[in-house]
Amino acid sequence: MTKPRLAVCKKRPGSLLLFLLTAVSAALVCLTLLAIVAYIVVKGLPSLRPSVFAWKYDSENVSMFPAIVNTLLVCLLSLGAAVPVGVAAAVYLVEYAKRGSRLVSLIRMTAETLSGIPSVVYGLFGFLVFFVAFGWGYSLLGGALTLAVMILPLVMRTTEEALLSVPDAYREGSLGLGAGKLYTICKVVLPSAMPGILSGVILSVGRIVGETAALLYTAGTVAAIPSHWLDAGRTLSVHMYSLLSEGLYIRQSYATAFVLLLLVAAINALSGTVAKKISKR
Amino acid sequence: MPNASKRKIRETAAKFAFLIAACTSVAAVVMICLFLFVNGIPAMGKIGVFRFLLGQTWRPANDQFGIFPMIVGSLCVTFGAVLIGVPTGVLCAVFLVFFCPKKLYKVLKPAVDLLAGIPSIVYGFFGLMVIVPAMQALFGGSGKSLLTASLLLGIMILPTVVSVSEAALRAVPESCLEGALALGATREQSVFFAVLPAAKSGILAGAVLGIGRAMGEAMAVSIVAGNQAIIPESILSGVRTLTANIVLEMGYAADLHREALIATAVVLFVFILLINLLLNLVKRRDKP
Repeated sequence: MTKPRLAVCKKRPGSLLLFLLTAVSAALVCLTLLAIVAYIVVKGLPSLRPSVFAWKYDSENVSMFPAIVNTLLVCLLSLGAAVPVGVAAAVYLVEYAKRGSRLVSLIRMTAETLSGIPSVVYGLFGFLVFFVAFGWGYSLLGGALTLAVMILPLVMRTTEEALLSVPDAYREGSLGLGAGKLYTICKVVLPSAMPGILSGVILSVGRIVGETAALLYTAGTVAAIPSHWLDAGRTLSVHMYSLLSEGLYIRQSYATAFVLLLLVAAINALSGTVAKKISKR
Repeated sequence: MPNASKRKIRETAAKFAFLIAACTSVAAVVMICLFLFVNGIPAMGKIGVFRFLLGQTWRPANDQFGIFPMIVGSLCVTFGAVLIGVPTGVLCAVFLVFFCPKKLYKVLKPAVDLLAGIPSIVYGFFGLMVIVPAMQALFGGSGKSLLTASLLLGIMILPTVVSVSEAALRAVPESCLEGALALGATREQSVFFAVLPAAKSGILAGAVLGIGRAMGEAMAVSIVAGNQAIIPESILSGVRTLTANIVLEMGYAADLHREALIATAVVLFVFILLINLLLNLVKRRDKP
């Protein structure tokens, strides 16, 4: 296919130029990614030592282990808050609401607005609500709830798409057998939409892991595993930011960047596998 | 039949619960507006709206809160990012849809997805360690500048632009391309002069989404932009964006200073709402 194109293009230099323009752009995008990944792997891999995974953080080892645990905790807490609400909201939009009603368009519009709000604005909002109004101070729970609001539109949208792709015949079959609407949703529609919902959850995990600005002034920057949900704690991305702003721990920054990149790549691979499963069905 | 009425109650309760969940997003937007405006607007009143928005000096220690340099900084950085990211992204999407062999696509698509997943702090780190020294070597100075921030943000909005443009190009009916080919145009001519114009509004939506992302990005920008709160004189001078202003100073700000930062967030929020409005207008043009 390429050879005849080149032959055609020789006669038409304009077309060749256009083709080259697109190819060069694609190559640039790829090279950029390659440069970032290669740089972080080459510099990060040798920086990984057992000491950066020590149980407790101190200024000697600059361990990222507490940050990893905190990242997990924040993920669990914010998913625990956002997923039930987001899935239920999507169920309402798809299964109950009349298409095109004013409420539905209001909900859609606000969800779109939410997904456009910058994370630093979420951070300030979380700070004003959980730190100031609730008086929690820097707290893991406050940070997690802030992130829950942030990922809500993502969960809603992916669940909605998953629900819409469930064939109507499933619903009619279940209703025809005498099941109620709620029973149909819980036992027939939601299970068949599960892979789609799961891929939304995985995407949300990716956003939570990568988030810094929304957590800086809600969950704080304390480098320890909190013993209570209202204690402060930094996630891996915030840990990285703290290391950078202190500017003393370059080797540990490389190691943290490497672990973050590894996490994100794993999350992407996972969502890719789930997506493949959906398209196979 | 008590059973039937019990079931009816349960169904109604469930419907109500789902409805409440659906209204959460409305409540969240209302709460965000409320908290930001209630805490930010009074500060603007105290400082003076014009002195706040158009004031050119930001010296919190002297009670001087003019965010005009930051507004200009945000706009410049966003413009630069769009200049770099949008053409590259759109052309890359064209390549992915029309010229890319299937095997290569299987590599390129996950690569774009990975680019989207990389945390902004890692981009900032890469910018600090690689782009900043490169700029230093090329142009001298500190290397932290409007140009550096624009370049890094341009890279960061690439995946958004690529995936939205790709979807827009794929949504153009096959007949559009085939018609142009049948008229004797080369494949390149058909793609650029028949398909690309047809996908215009979708591509524009991708660009607007990219603008929103660039404007709202805080961490990476605050690391590589230099953060001087002055109006940039050239593309090599340092800038501070609205987002960086909040991230940098929120940690130690108190009283009026803190309120001024919240007011900064209000200004940013209004910009983002305007961008959202623009996005809706662009999308609406699609549907007759």
